[in-house]
Amino acid sequence: MRISVRRQLPLERIKNFFEVSLGLSKEEAEKEAARCLQCKNPPCVKGCPVGIDIPSFIKLIKENKPKEALAKIKEKNNLPAICGRVCPQEDQCEAMCVLNKKKIPINIGALERYAADYGQAQRHEPVLGKEKAGVKIAIVGSGPAGLTCAADLAKMGYEVTLFESLHLAGGVLMYGIPEFRLPKKIVQGEVDYIKTLGVKVAADTLIGNTYSIDDLFKSGFKAAFVATGAGLPQFLGIPGENLGRVYSANEFLTRVNLMKAYKFPEYVTPINIGKKIAVIGGGNVAFDCARVSLRLGRQVVLVYRRTENEMPARKEEIENAKEEGVPFKTLTQPVKILDDGKGFVKGLECIAMELGEPDASGRRRPVPVKDSNFVLDVDTVIVAIGQNSNPLLPKVTPEIKTNEDGTIPVDENFMTSMTGVFAGGDIITGADTVISAMGAGKKAALAIDKYIRDGS
Amino acid sequence: MFKIIHKEELNKDTTGIIIEAGQIADKARAGQFVAVIVDENGERIPLTLADWDKDKGTITLIFQRVGFSTKKLGLLNEGDSVQHILGPLGHPTQVKKMGTVVCVGGGVGVAEVYPVSRAFKEAGNRVLGIIGSRTKELLILEDKMKTVCDELFVVTDDGSYGRKGFVTDALKELMGVIDKSSHNIYPELIYAIGPVVMMKAVAELTRPYGIKTIVSVNPIMVDATGMCGSCRCTVGGKTVFGCVDGPDFDGHQIDFNELTLRLRNFSEQEKSIGGQI
Repeated sequence: MRISVRRQLPLERIKNFFEVSLGLSKEEAEKEAARCLQCKNPPCVKGCPVGIDIPSFIKLIKENKPKEALAKIKEKNNLPAICGRVCPQEDQCEAMCVLNKKKIPINIGALERYAADYGQAQRHEPVLGKEKAGVKIAIVGSGPAGLTCAADLAKMGYEVTLFESLHLAGGVLMYGIPEFRLPKKIVQGEVDYIKTLGVKVAADTLIGNTYSIDDLFKSGFKAAFVATGAGLPQFLGIPGENLGRVYSANEFLTRVNLMKAYKFPEYVTPINIGKKIAVIGGGNVAFDCARVSLRLGRQVVLVYRRTENEMPARKEEIENAKEEGVPFKTLTQPVKILDDGKGFVKGLECIAMELGEPDASGRRRPVPVKDSNFVLDVDTVIVAIGQNSNPLLPKVTPEIKTNEDGTIPVDENFMTSMTGVFAGGDIITGADTVISAMGAGKKAALAIDKYIRDGS
Repeated sequence: MFKIIHKEELNKDTTGIIIEAGQIADKARAGQFVAVIVDENGERIPLTLADWDKDKGTITLIFQRVGFSTKKLGLLNEGDSVQHILGPLGHPTQVKKMGTVVCVGGGVGVAEVYPVSRAFKEAGNRVLGIIGSRTKELLILEDKMKTVCDELFVVTDDGSYGRKGFVTDALKELMGVIDKSSHNIYPELIYAIGPVVMMKAVAELTRPYGIKTIVSVNPIMVDATGMCGSCRCTVGGKTVFGCVDGPDFDGHQIDFNELTLRLRNFSEQEKSIGGQI
């Protein structure tokens, strides 16, 4: 039987911000690892965007060697404690697992997390004394793509500086994904690990403003990797959207996760939410917002214009939210946010939808049902309908061309239209998963290495 | 960490500090701001750059100690450090030679209008300054403004110094003089920074004249780099972000009422911790 990971009970966990998943015990991990068939030609590895040698690390867990298992994972993946928690394994390695044919794939995600957590506790990896090539590379943005690229380049011997505009490194892992899904201590641990590889972290530095890309080249950097992500919040464009207590998911999550508004006033950043919150959207970010709302002791309803089947969120997150009692209002499209007369939200006017013909994404397009308007009784609205690429850096760096949607086009070597400037992650793809950004960071690191070795 | 090397109390509720921040000073231009976290566990607040010195590698912040974080910032002394400063942020003020520019600053806004006035002056404009405060004791930077303005008009609400009245009264008078003059040469640009009510009044006054009027807004921000949207404003019916699209906007296009309301979004929470300093 596939092992399921123990989790905090729903009624307990909605009262705290501690991690929902409790991880595997030693016995559980070794038992699950023993189920692995150790395929000669393992399909799971093909499902991994960074190509981790999955059977080998699982075997090491089975042999009670978590430290070695972690080292094996780290050959390919610099952030296992993060990936073990937030990767959509069900669509990747576990989907490819031979045992998935019987619907009992190995719980690879939980095992990865186990190796990361237990291997880490006893980790002493001396990386000092490494030969430095003395070639400086700048990484712009410290999210999953930037962290991965920085780590890989540092391992190759480059002198890497990771620039971050916020006061803490980690990007979306710090400001976006909530504590109960990805504890910030874990993220900090991974950032600290990357520092031990020799990577310098320059926080409070907005490339484009504090330094231009030209400044970087002038001060001796030989290449730059732009991993600035998709952080530009989309709004609905409906009346009332600028009322008080209407938040973009980014603002809501940044206040709570990065600035720790849930510990106000110990942490000074406030959050102003009422009693009933409507979260608009059906992706992972929308679910994060809904579940944060619960933990702040509020009633919440998730408003989505299609049905549950079309929700882009991970199934696990949808299930978690259901267990915790998040009600869904599907086939519902907001049309107006009502004003209480004092500049704050009084309600959310919506229209019912039905599914019509499939659209470009292959999902059936929702169409409004005539005269079906109704008002949801809420006093706070969180808009979680997606993020676009961060426009700041390309805006002040005309040499870096952008596509119409704001993403940066790159060639097969991840190079942008500006020589020596590479890009990867959400800034080239639009909003995607943590692991695909990491995959891009890895490939870009190889491409940058080749570019440098070929004499630029 | 950013070290404070000089501190000065400009009046009973306004403080000026000079901070070591070479990389920000290097890039700073008039009209830009920085995002500041005063100490650990602090919030991120935007503060307009009052001055900078590229050679010394310093920036100057002048702020009114009205909110929780500005009060905390005011408690730091020379030798202490500000935890985090990010910048320079926002578009610089569009400065070019146009002729006559009127620069209006109210309250602590005088500190912020100073570098803008200087930039317009350096670009070869005739700069008329109008600065004001509630009362004489609260007026700041009059001497500095004199050095960058061809003419400077000073007003106080209570008449304790300069002319009695608001900055808009002085502006109205100025326009009246031009109305009656034979040349009828109006300023090319009015630039205003100060309380929202003041900027709104300035914009209303200049609207019938059709004189381009730029105001500098300071809405609530978190990241201050275009990612959260806390600072969104409506300009010409479109939603824009104060941090990356501003902070300068067309005073005849911006929705001042919405800006006023949005500035109150967290006043309840702010009040609840006000007494804890």
